[in-house]
Amino acid sequence: MKKILLTSWRPAIAIALFICIWEFSTRIFQIETWILPAPTVIVMEMQEVLPAFFPHMVSTIRLVLIGFSIGTTIGIGVATLLHHYDKLRETIYPFLVLSQNIPIIVLAPLLLIWFGLGDTPKIIIIAMTSFFPITVATLSGFQQTDRELIHYMKMMGASKRQLFMKLELPHALPAVFSGIKIAATYSILTGVVAEWLGAQKGIGVFMTLASSSYRTPRVFVAIIITMLLSLSFFALILLLERMFIKWNREEIK
Amino acid sequence: MDLTLENISKSFGEKEILRNISLSINSGEFVSLLGPSGSGKSTLFSLIGGLLKPDVGDIFLNGKKITNKTGYISYMPQQPSLFPWRTVLENAILGQELSRKRDEEKAKMLLEKAGLREFIHAYPHQLSGGMKQRVAFIRALLSPQSMMCLDEPFSALDAFTRLDMQKWLLETWEAYEQSIFFITHDIEEALFLSDKIVVLSSRPAQIKEIIQVPFERPRNESLLLTYPFLEAKKQLAKILDHTNL
Repeated sequence: MKKILLTSWRPAIAIALFICIWEFSTRIFQIETWILPAPTVIVMEMQEVLPAFFPHMVSTIRLVLIGFSIGTTIGIGVATLLHHYDKLRETIYPFLVLSQNIPIIVLAPLLLIWFGLGDTPKIIIIAMTSFFPITVATLSGFQQTDRELIHYMKMMGASKRQLFMKLELPHALPAVFSGIKIAATYSILTGVVAEWLGAQKGIGVFMTLASSSYRTPRVFVAIIITMLLSLSFFALILLLERMFIKWNREEIK
Repeated sequence: MDLTLENISKSFGEKEILRNISLSINSGEFVSLLGPSGSGKSTLFSLIGGLLKPDVGDIFLNGKKITNKTGYISYMPQQPSLFPWRTVLENAILGQELSRKRDEEKAKMLLEKAGLREFIHAYPHQLSGGMKQRVAFIRALLSPQSMMCLDEPFSALDAFTRLDMQKWLLETWEAYEQSIFFITHDIEEALFLSDKIVVLSSRPAQIKEIIQVPFERPRNESLLLTYPFLEAKKQLAKILDHTNL
């Protein structure tokens, strides 16, 4: 804790300075609120709009959690499958890497045509963005298992199942979590952007409504809350990681 | 438990590694395999462990053929190979877990005897090199298989720790009825520890000679400086010298 305070005072001052400059320049140069609202204006707007904003936020969080859980489960499952079947891996893996380069969001209009305006296309998009980083990270975690430990297990006559459950899976956990962390930061963002394309509720809907009526302070409120959500999701995953991987943390200490 | 190797030969492609190896280890016996580095000692272990199939020959345990079958021996590798996410105790019972016979009490007792009482719930990275090897040996000892194969377990330790470990190994082993097959390239280590030493030539490895070690047990480090011990060391060095060490 002390360490965090000692190292974080510099960036804290930088952020404070940045906000001050922002505040004063909007006043000095008399910038219109609909172009760039001052931080104080945003804060006041936030207080006012928060009750109305809350249901939108809940809706987005719900979508993201569903999509993210589906993506994570399928990701780890597919990685496990590909790890055990070499031929399947050789066939599918290049395709996986290739498909990671498609910005999922360009598929959104297509998914809207197929699945309509409900939650389904958005959940699919979020699940897909979570799926790829988790699959790739988990698979490389499996593949990088310590050769010496594998040799020991084989010499001791471990079955394939024991080798996986007792060695490869726990060994891959840190890699799985690094994939999950990447997926977590993407998934909130993807959720918001997916909502731009059409939804009844959600942060994305709130944003498009606010921007089309030039209520710029509200757009900023949405941006800030999206950021905070991403950060808290990331922190939550970090917490889970520390609970699951005790040995690694102590190694760092 | 006695282990018998009959006319084992193994090549990898054009490379002949082992030629016509025959030897036996009797129940409760400590046998060392002494040979130059790269002479195929570890390959021989992989054959006994059942990971590899010999081109010629068979391996028997108590008269039962175990050629190319895994799970019949207990193993301690050169590196401690402890699992970093398991505590010392969980590591020690891993071998038992693999054959579904957990006995935590026995593990605790052995760990305490090895001076690891305070480390039972610690993680491997908190241990010194010698402590890690103790845990690895206890893990092998606790495994239900009574034929233990130790692959140069002390070669990565410093000289002081190594002597400590050798003495500790002898004490611990003498209390149990296990057979040990021990790979080493250290003449003194082989003489100090074993009942029988199998000397291998360089590649392709053949058995150069099998020597019975005459020293009484229990042994301690004062043996290392006695005249008969030094004499035996000299003889063994001579045999190894002829194999172009």
